[in-house]
Amino acid sequence: MAADLESNLALKKLRDLNPEAVEDARIFRDEVTLYIHPAHFLRACEFLRDEPGLKFSFLADVTALDLYPQEPRFEVVYHLLSLETAQRLRLKVRVRGEDPRFITAVPVWPAANAFEREVFDLFGIVFDGHPFLRRLLLPDEWEGHPLRKDYPTEGYR
Amino acid sequence: MPVTLERIPGKEERVILSMGPQHPSTHGVLRLVLELEGETVVRALYDIGYLHTGFEKSFESKTYSQGITLTDRMDYLAPLSNNLGFCLATEKLLDLEIPPRAQWIRVLLTELTRIQSHLVWLGTHAIDLGAMSVFLYCFREREEILHIFEAVSGQRMMTSYFRVGGLALEPPLGWLKGVKKFAKSFPARMDEYEALLTRNPIWLRRTQGVGCISAEDAIAYGLSGPSLRGSGVDWDIRKKQPYSSYEKFDFKTVTRPEGDVYGRYLARIEEMRQSLRIVNQAMAGLPEGPVKADAPHIVLPERESMKTSIEALIYHFKIVTEGFHPPVGEVYQAIESPRGELAFYMVSDGSPKPFRCHVRAPSFANLQALPKLIEGRLIADVVACIGTIDIVLGEVDR
Repeated sequence: MAADLESNLALKKLRDLNPEAVEDARIFRDEVTLYIHPAHFLRACEFLRDEPGLKFSFLADVTALDLYPQEPRFEVVYHLLSLETAQRLRLKVRVRGEDPRFITAVPVWPAANAFEREVFDLFGIVFDGHPFLRRLLLPDEWEGHPLRKDYPTEGYR
Repeated sequence: MPVTLERIPGKEERVILSMGPQHPSTHGVLRLVLELEGETVVRALYDIGYLHTGFEKSFESKTYSQGITLTDRMDYLAPLSNNLGFCLATEKLLDLEIPPRAQWIRVLLTELTRIQSHLVWLGTHAIDLGAMSVFLYCFREREEILHIFEAVSGQRMMTSYFRVGGLALEPPLGWLKGVKKFAKSFPARMDEYEALLTRNPIWLRRTQGVGCISAEDAIAYGLSGPSLRGSGVDWDIRKKQPYSSYEKFDFKTVTRPEGDVYGRYLARIEEMRQSLRIVNQAMAGLPEGPVKADAPHIVLPERESMKTSIEALIYHFKIVTEGFHPPVGEVYQAIESPRGELAFYMVSDGSPKPFRCHVRAPSFANLQALPKLIEGRLIADVVACIGTIDIVLGEVDR
């Protein structure tokens, strides 16, 4: 695994594709995190999936972080895996706290379907264009989104 | 309103059938909504959440060490794999080195876990398709493995034996005797299962050409583990991104080109043999030494030293009352659980409790491929397809 950020192939190629696509890049314990600009997200995903030498064809995981009370409040987190190069990559997109919305990654990776439903269910982030966006783990009539940091863990709601 | 399928105008003669959640072949509480034309499934949907207990929220209010006990209860057929994933993620966050003996015992026990999980899969899969005796044999062998778990951890199922920094305690003297006995008898038992199933014409008719999925689709739907390798994709995290010193063991990644229920059956059967090879190697080369890392601020001190050393007493008090503080950061640690890629995404804000701990459950992702497997097939094949993706609902719903 690349020990430093500048030698990371995915970052380099994404910057060549579109200098504005990557807002920020970080590395911790040899794991690379790229903050992707929301407007360029789908294009960047398709590129990462198809580009020879990268081939992140396997979407391992989609989840989110609630950074309350910080703004933008949410980060949607994608974990990609390349079965060819055995590399992993983490993508993050910042989503604002008021009426949180983002676009779905299902057209790029069908595996995103259930993961995005889970994020919608537990964080309340809406994925525009999702084929079947409804609650997955909780009943439809449930109020609130439990994995948000302002959701109480005890007492009456 | 529970999830249901909308009727298509002009196709009113089709039956919408709700299967589960209390259906014996759904391996827990999975509910399927099937649209049937005659006996053929035209469309399918799954409905989950019946076992949702909010583990990911609970992790946020527990210290890292306390979180381990929750992991047992997610994939209750492979508790030690879950313990391992959680501990490895935390150790990666802490950048903690684990002594070789602890790593080898971890490998040995997780491979036994793989065997016992596959045994439950094989038994239930076989009974779903009408082979009663295999079920009884599989549970007999599984019990032997659970006895080994009980010997080392005191628990048959909810082990919580792996801790951050190593193992909970050195296994008792003579524990390897039980493992040796099992490893000696198991190959013949495997032949027994295979004699009952592998060339059994009924078994072949029920499994061959059923629930087919191509390698491209399997990757696109996020299938992992034996379900992915059963479609001919050579991907095993133990080989490709080794953890816990798996690189020191000699075993084969089992892939099958078939991509059907039978292919995945053969893949898992062979995987059990490979796991047994790893168990034998781990026993033969088990290093001596400590089973806990030398990190007094993370690992609980020995009981004896607490009575004689004030430092040990202080550390014990600090760890128990407060926990340890990992640096700010985030890690994603994936392991090859019996069901596929089990990963813990751990985010630390520097406090003794995880800011966020997300579990990438293999069953959760594998379940997504189920409608794809059963659409266009007969309703009797639905049962074969649920069995073949080997889901554990505790892990799906978390």
